[in-house]
Amino acid sequence: MYTVSNRLKITSYILMAVGVLFLAIGFMAAPSTVEEAKEMVAAHHDAHSDGHETAAAHADEAHGEAHGAAHDEHVFHQLQNRPWSALYVAAFFFFMISLGVLAFYAIQRAAQAGWSPLLFRVMEGITAYLVPGGIIVFVLLMCSVFHMNHMFTWMDADVVAEDYLLQGKKGYLNPTFFLIRAAFFLGGWIFYRQYSRKLSLAQDNADDNRNFVKNFRWSAGFLVFYLVTESMMSWDWIMSLDPHWFSTLFGWYVFASMFVSGITVIALITIYLKSKGLLPEVNNSHIHDLAKFMFGISIFWTYLWFSQFMLIWYANIPEEVTYFVTRIEDYKLPFFGMLALNFIFPLLVLMNSDFKRVNWFVVMAGIIILFGHYMDVFNMVMPATVGDQWYIGFPEIGGILFFAGLFVLVVFTTLSKEALTPKRNPFIEESKHFHY
Amino acid sequence: MSATIKAYYNDDDILMNAVKKIRSEKYHIEEVYTPFPVHGLDKAMGLKDTRLAITAFMYGCLGLTVAVVMMNFIMIQDWPQDIGGKPSFSYLENMPAFVPIMFELTVFFAAHLMVITFYLRSRMWPFKEAENPDVRTTDDSFVIELHGTDDNEALTNLLLDTGATEVHVPKK
Repeated sequence: MYTVSNRLKITSYILMAVGVLFLAIGFMAAPSTVEEAKEMVAAHHDAHSDGHETAAAHADEAHGEAHGAAHDEHVFHQLQNRPWSALYVAAFFFFMISLGVLAFYAIQRAAQAGWSPLLFRVMEGITAYLVPGGIIVFVLLMCSVFHMNHMFTWMDADVVAEDYLLQGKKGYLNPTFFLIRAAFFLGGWIFYRQYSRKLSLAQDNADDNRNFVKNFRWSAGFLVFYLVTESMMSWDWIMSLDPHWFSTLFGWYVFASMFVSGITVIALITIYLKSKGLLPEVNNSHIHDLAKFMFGISIFWTYLWFSQFMLIWYANIPEEVTYFVTRIEDYKLPFFGMLALNFIFPLLVLMNSDFKRVNWFVVMAGIIILFGHYMDVFNMVMPATVGDQWYIGFPEIGGILFFAGLFVLVVFTTLSKEALTPKRNPFIEESKHFHY
Repeated sequence: MSATIKAYYNDDDILMNAVKKIRSEKYHIEEVYTPFPVHGLDKAMGLKDTRLAITAFMYGCLGLTVAVVMMNFIMIQDWPQDIGGKPSFSYLENMPAFVPIMFELTVFFAAHLMVITFYLRSRMWPFKEAENPDVRTTDDSFVIELHGTDDNEALTNLLLDTGATEVHVPKK
């Protein structure tokens, strides 16, 4: 049995407290009137003596002579969006980790994998965050629907009234249906998580394999449900931030990101528990396999990222290519930086077979991968909501700290509730003797 | 030095235990012939880790370099064209279009050259005579080849003890 050490508990409480403080600073610092926003932008420009050529850049977007006022209002909304977006990115990032782990777990169950049952309790611990994390994301989406921020422009009836494309998408992109879908996705995922966990625990005390077989069937069914809903979730929650833009493989792209982050967290928590002398039967072959997944899915992520990028870059159709133009113009460092972190770094560090079995190597690579995929989500959300007004400051760091604290608290509390090794899984012996 | 001794086995588990036993008695195993790959045999025999992976990495780098140089020559130097409003004046600006080629040639070079290296390292090439000591090793027999010692009697007894079905000791 694992017990959460006081140090870990206190650390997570401190993380959450500091996170809340930073987020509060972020929300206080956001402007409440257009005039304030103008002052902030002006002050920002003075601070940088070289000065951005925003006037020139925005002249292209001028719509008649009302442009000046419209632009100020636009910047005002972007600045107001910033703390909300920072909160949303962090909330979604930690939620997506647990959802990625849930998919990985379901695949292990559906494939009846022999190597992984020793890690099932760890995975179940991580997916416990799905419930609070999912609820928080849902609440944030509700805040957007109730116009507490301007992250999703299509939720604004005035915007839709003037926008032919958004009128065409109204049948799908409307606030009511949006929330119904979100509740349906979250309900399905949370149901599978709770039910599968129940069956997994019941299997430990059973004298036959009925629970195991049932879990196998539910997992296979869940994967079908997940593949469809995950894709739609990514259109709804992320792609619709840029409501004119679309990409057919966006769902896969987000999936790759959550999958690699999830597997990385499984590896990190397994290594942490092993360092506490727990999970004695997990050997370096298990770590090796997780690291292989981290390596492989990082490449897979890059493959999808590039497939999306190259087609849009080559075709150069204005309505599609704006997505990358804004990112390359305003987000040069995070955009190319995360590509280096998520592709080149794991490629070079995790390529060697021996390195995949060295714990500190896996931990180091894992932290970089997690940071890279946070930046990935940042790049998906921020350009649409705050435009060139982005910055990594109080609200962004506060969001990460708060959700990291909550994540650690929920995951480790769940881990401490049950024995870390499943007793009666039919494949547990194979898993114990797993050898590369 | 005396010639090679051959011990025959008919089961992979017995073979594995025999290999471990023989090695613990400090005899040197030349080679083991099996009808199919036996998992863990390389470790039991104490073979060194393969360096094939390192060659694969180097071949991959070579393939990547060939792709970069080739596309630079073809598309930028030799015959620049304006494709889809993207004139070929600079390699870097047109690089995304070349990434699939860079990827494919990396994989192509790594895969093919690695296979060829593997064949050569295993001393296999066209018209090569098979080296296996007994055709039964392609069907259902496992053969361990050892160097004979001064006391072949003891070695033979050891081999029979480990479950060998036959032991061939060459006449001196």
